[in-house]
Amino acid sequence: MEELIKLIEAPYEKNDIPDFQAGDTLNVHVLIKEGDKERIQQYQGVCIQRKNGSGMKASFTVRKISGGKGVERIFPLHSPSIAKIEVVRRGVVRRAKLFYLRDLSGKSARIKERRS
Amino acid sequence: MTSIFDSERRNIPCTLIEAGPCIVTQVRTEEIDGYSAVQLGFGEKKEKHTPAAMQGHFKNAKTTPKRLLKEFPQDSGYSLGDTVTVEIFQVGDYIDVTAKSKGKGFQGVVKRHGFGGVGGQTHGQHNRGRAPGSLGPGSTPSRVFKGMRMAGRTGNQTVTIQNLQVLKIIPEKNLLVVSGNVPGRRGAYIYVEK
Repeated sequence: MEELIKLIEAPYEKNDIPDFQAGDTLNVHVLIKEGDKERIQQYQGVCIQRKNGSGMKASFTVRKISGGKGVERIFPLHSPSIAKIEVVRRGVVRRAKLFYLRDLSGKSARIKERRS
Repeated sequence: MTSIFDSERRNIPCTLIEAGPCIVTQVRTEEIDGYSAVQLGFGEKKEKHTPAAMQGHFKNAKTTPKRLLKEFPQDSGYSLGDTVTVEIFQVGDYIDVTAKSKGKGFQGVVKRHGFGGVGGQTHGQHNRGRAPGSLGPGSTPSRVFKGMRMAGRTGNQTVTIQNLQVLKIIPEKNLLVVSGNVPGRRGAYIYVEK
């Protein structure tokens, strides 16, 4: 059964996804259709969760503060409308889901950088 | 279940169905049976687990014992022993899927019938959140009407989901990829109708 599911997913699977986790700052290049033209919009923010493993159902949430308001965007990991995912900065966090960031703002919402 | 992306890059949830190959094990005709249908057999079964009468039935169709038999209304002249494959479907077709839903055990009215429960979360209210509420009027009729929806065994019923779109067909593996979900657990037997 699993093999058959893999067979269906194979043409959609991306293998250029960088290694990232919650707490990392990402720059997501999103393809946007305008009429018949296509352009790339960049969306930069902190990854606050990764969900549903790494298969076709996997997704991740990126949070950023835009014009003083918190904005969260959920991307399917293998979505064809993502042109590229860049890891801008790696962060030190102690949990997998960073929902506590929603209640914080300013200085307290900073995440320490992870250096390897 | 899994999900795939369409040409518009939308994420489409889909289910894989292994459809066929089915063998025509009997043909019902207007003259003999009063209606016309084909009986299809699917899935292998050991001969020692098949009653002698059924073995004869399968021998008539010159096939091995099948696990599942089901009649479908006939419109396209199949004859005994024919093979029905996934190729009768086309991409874009809408199909109906019938199967036994997952058993959920004894469930309350909120899950079973979609009741809203009683009252709110605040104002000192407690322990009625998932209750069914009133069962009807009082001294007239001084009984509860038949068919009143109450808690009870949920699921494990035959359910039909209509109008699932065929997204893909892989004839080598007898696979159908349909949009959305179908009743039953993983690997359950289901009936697919056009």
